[in-house]
Amino acid sequence: MKIPLSWIKEFVEIPKSISAKDIEAGLVKVGFEVEAIDEQGLDLKGPLVLAQVKEIEELQGHKKPIRYVALDCGEKDIRYVICGATNFSVGDHVVAALPGAVLPGNFSISARETYGKTSNGMICSARELGISEEHSGIINLGSAPALKVGTNAIEALEIEDSIFDISINPDRGYAMSARGISREIALSLNLKFNDPKESVSVTDYEINNKGVPVEIQDKSGCSIINMRTIENFKADASVPIWMRRRLEKCGMRSISLAVDITNYVMLELGQPLHAFDAEKVSGKISVRRAKDGEKLKTLDGVERKLHASDLVIADEKQSLALAGTMGGEFSEVTSQTKRIALEAARFNPQAIAQNSRKHILTSEASRRLERGVDGTIANYASARAVDLLVRFGSASYVGGYIDGTEVKPSNVNIETKKISDLLGLEVSAAKVKELIEKIGCKVSGNGDSLEVEPPTWRFDLSHFSDFAEEVARQIGYDQIPLTLPTGQSGASLTDFQRRKRFVASYLAGAGFSETYNSPFINQNYLESLGFSGDRAKTFKIINPMSEEFPVLRTHLLPGLFLTAQRNLGRGAKNVSIFEIGSLFRNTTKLSSAGDISTSQRPSANQIKAIYESVPKQPVMMAGLVAGKLVADSWEGKGTDFNWNDSIQLVKNLISEMVDDFEIVESDFAPWHPGRCAEFRVAGKPVAHAGEIHPRVLSNLNLPARSCAFGILISEIPYRSTRKTSAVSPMTPVIQDLAFIVSKDLPNSELEAVIRNSAGPLLEDLQLFDRYDKIEGGKVSLAYTLTFRANDRTLTSEEVSEIREQIAREVKQKIGGELRA
Amino acid sequence: MAIDQNQVLAAEKLALEAIKNCPDLDSLKQVKIEHVGDKSQLAKFNQSLGKLEPTERAEFGKIIGAAKANVSKSFDLKLAQLEEERDNQVLVTEKVDITLPGNKFPKGGLHPLTLLTNEICDFFIGLGYNVSEGPELESEWLNFDALNIPVDHPARTMQDTFFIEPRDSNLVLRTHTSPVQIRSMLENEPPIYVICPGRTYRADELDATHTPVFSQVEGLVVDKGITLADLRGTLDLFARTMFGPDVKTRLRPSYFPFTEPSAEVDFYFNGRWVEWGGCGMVNPKVLQAAGIDTNIYTGFAFGMGLERTLMVRHGITDMHDIVEGDIRFSKQFGLGGI
Repeated sequence: MKIPLSWIKEFVEIPKSISAKDIEAGLVKVGFEVEAIDEQGLDLKGPLVLAQVKEIEELQGHKKPIRYVALDCGEKDIRYVICGATNFSVGDHVVAALPGAVLPGNFSISARETYGKTSNGMICSARELGISEEHSGIINLGSAPALKVGTNAIEALEIEDSIFDISINPDRGYAMSARGISREIALSLNLKFNDPKESVSVTDYEINNKGVPVEIQDKSGCSIINMRTIENFKADASVPIWMRRRLEKCGMRSISLAVDITNYVMLELGQPLHAFDAEKVSGKISVRRAKDGEKLKTLDGVERKLHASDLVIADEKQSLALAGTMGGEFSEVTSQTKRIALEAARFNPQAIAQNSRKHILTSEASRRLERGVDGTIANYASARAVDLLVRFGSASYVGGYIDGTEVKPSNVNIETKKISDLLGLEVSAAKVKELIEKIGCKVSGNGDSLEVEPPTWRFDLSHFSDFAEEVARQIGYDQIPLTLPTGQSGASLTDFQRRKRFVASYLAGAGFSETYNSPFINQNYLESLGFSGDRAKTFKIINPMSEEFPVLRTHLLPGLFLTAQRNLGRGAKNVSIFEIGSLFRNTTKLSSAGDISTSQRPSANQIKAIYESVPKQPVMMAGLVAGKLVADSWEGKGTDFNWNDSIQLVKNLISEMVDDFEIVESDFAPWHPGRCAEFRVAGKPVAHAGEIHPRVLSNLNLPARSCAFGILISEIPYRSTRKTSAVSPMTPVIQDLAFIVSKDLPNSELEAVIRNSAGPLLEDLQLFDRYDKIEGGKVSLAYTLTFRANDRTLTSEEVSEIREQIAREVKQKIGGELRA
Repeated sequence: MAIDQNQVLAAEKLALEAIKNCPDLDSLKQVKIEHVGDKSQLAKFNQSLGKLEPTERAEFGKIIGAAKANVSKSFDLKLAQLEEERDNQVLVTEKVDITLPGNKFPKGGLHPLTLLTNEICDFFIGLGYNVSEGPELESEWLNFDALNIPVDHPARTMQDTFFIEPRDSNLVLRTHTSPVQIRSMLENEPPIYVICPGRTYRADELDATHTPVFSQVEGLVVDKGITLADLRGTLDLFARTMFGPDVKTRLRPSYFPFTEPSAEVDFYFNGRWVEWGGCGMVNPKVLQAAGIDTNIYTGFAFGMGLERTLMVRHGITDMHDIVEGDIRFSKQFGLGGI
């Protein structure tokens, strides 16, 4: 909200010693963030005067329109100036900078020759005066601004001012007005506040049941509504300069006297108002819910289909306005309007929030009403606006109606000790009483227990903690001591958290860089990588950032591929990356837990329903090497990261997690169907590793033979204490054995047969050679076997026996021949 | 053959002379053959001892033995000396340029968000907080309702939430890690001390300071006698741990539906106040929704963006660096070693 200091000063007695910076600090102290202070007029020097246009000569033969303008500046002679703007006519009043004036940007005005004429000053735009960004034309104050020509415009336009841009939190809607924010400034800086409500006389425009009648049909939507009617209004009367300037300073444009007055009073008192052209209204005005399918064309030109839950202002024929949100075109005040029905209502904040949300329509009015306005202010704001319409629009008062009752916040009983206990700062009962009285509460009772009647604008005070905040912000949060809770000790990471750290450190140590990739992806892209079935069942976002990436990832590789591409595109030669992150697979039917009250703990069944309404989101670690793991260098060729390196890496990691897992061949996309290993724990696939499908790589323009791996780290059980066996000090017996087997036989099967037949004395088995250039689809696999016993040195006879046993079983079970 | 003592001494002298003048190991080999080995003059004298009379044998044996020992000792010294010289020479020629780069242990890096998360978690574990995580795709009830953000509350429209199809699934991408706080309270009895790091989502366009996918860390304490002073002290210590021992913090009154009183926490860093996050005493309505007796327990909660913390601490000026996965960025942070 923007508000000028000049307006605040009308309601707060601010001594000269207090600067705009002091006011900012005061606002921050009590909970209002000041986004900016716009100091206007600091670098502006007169003479700047109000002038009237007497004659206009359009100069011909220039690329743009150029006017030679005769101005009456209240001087003896008419003054002539050159002007490039065209938004004025003879008789209009403008702002003229005379020679000697200095405008912002150190722009000195002097008499000068231009376009073959002498220009003796300048007609100014708002931007040239540094008071707004408006530069499409000069400032035009109309034909009858109620000010004499020659008046000092710096004063008349209140140009020297500090404009505060204040962000107002949703619970402090009461501060969204000059009245509201002035009260907070006075509170914070301990200054006197003069409530503008007090200077409005509601009896001058009495409620006498004349004019346009009003009725609340839907009491849930509105507590009180006030309708005053005026007639003989001069719609084309000009807006007083001071009003226009204040609206501008608050960021609003001047539109017409009637609209400006409703806006001005809203900015002043916080109560939104709406003016209807009373001649367009048929019979009684009412507040009701819309009929389903009813239509309303709002002031923004949009024809809206109304819902039965919308709150509207209607006459006996049709809806006239979306209550508290936006008026309708049909009953809009125009330049022809003579009779006005002025609405001021206290709507139910929730009803306005609903209107605003349903129609995706927020306005200055809805912002205030949905936060809740003072329950008693409507009548005053209405009278104030009528007074302005009468004074500046020559209108006469017809009469007014009120329906409903004023709402007031409920009384609250508080124990002051609880406030001290919550703040961790001893505040006496008397001090608490004093501080909450200062915000406008009426307090009765004595000692520790108080009964509090909050002021009519504070609907946010309902619990002792609310009062604790009021006390704390006045004392100052900086007065709260610094202590630490003394409660608990003995925390630690969970197994899963420790696993994540281990996996990440292992990979980073192995040369991989960790990345955090966007989980938003594209379904076609996902499927083009070969993902199908459950791994292609995505969750779709209703309102994605980009229509290109509307679904959530089901795997980490799609994101890693894109990140690898980005790195390669930026000139990287070799990219080794990994990510740890959640996956979102839309594989089980979920149902919402429905409406659950928050006034108490949900039942066990409700909690179960809430938890089950959320899909399980496994956590994966996946990695990708595009290029080499070890780069080429002066020492020669680098090291590739092959399919088997990928598999080994996963093996190393999984063997840290569990002892028992198996590795089987897999044709899982997006891996190469002949170069992918699947890791299973207790029969369940938990990881894949190998080379990426060549077609995927070529489509993505990633280096051939790039390899990747992915482990569902949240799906692997946690190992208990490791089983260990004693380390034997005896000398080992080493034997080399080579077998000729079918090429199709996986090494793991041969190894398993060797291990089983060798028995417990086989300590280690290492494949040291593989030769596949043998006729008949055979392959030779040669192993080094290390035999060792715990209690003795083995004899060569013992080992020969085992060796024969192995050879026999290999032949028997898988038809392998021991090579001589 | 008779042995002349002078001849023995002459042979010894000749041998010593030859050893002494020997320039290298190769010539020393030759010297060994001529003057030390079986074919040397002294060896020959020794062999001829047998032909002497026993009395002479003993006398000349002594003389020859002394000469041989002398030569042998001299030879050993020379051999050691020449070998050392040779070795030294080899070491000199084997000298390398130790500034040449090594390649076989490529260094990776952890993402700074991971490093920061770990650092924060470790700090809070030290204070007795457990680390709690929760799902990113979350129930609306846990993300909003239970946090005193009812459907039509202005705060709920403040947050640009990603909703999931179908709308009546009531699933959202969590807009903060606060639903983890609710889960913690539903799953545990007080005292509750948890720190909740994790990924969060809001519909902000990616620019230099915003990203639709970001990270937060939140803390929650629910116990008997927890005060705003405890919150202030905890955040102050936290800030000093993150940004250095001289960092100052301040609380400013603010508003969050889930806390009352509420505050923004700022810290003073490099000559300016930096907004860090939001905090406050847990709103009794939130405790109530989790079934915690507000007559017995109070609590505080706080939350801050990790990206922002990183940016300020490490002087990162563009959010793109944090989210784009350029390995040159992560590698600057290494593995978080110290």
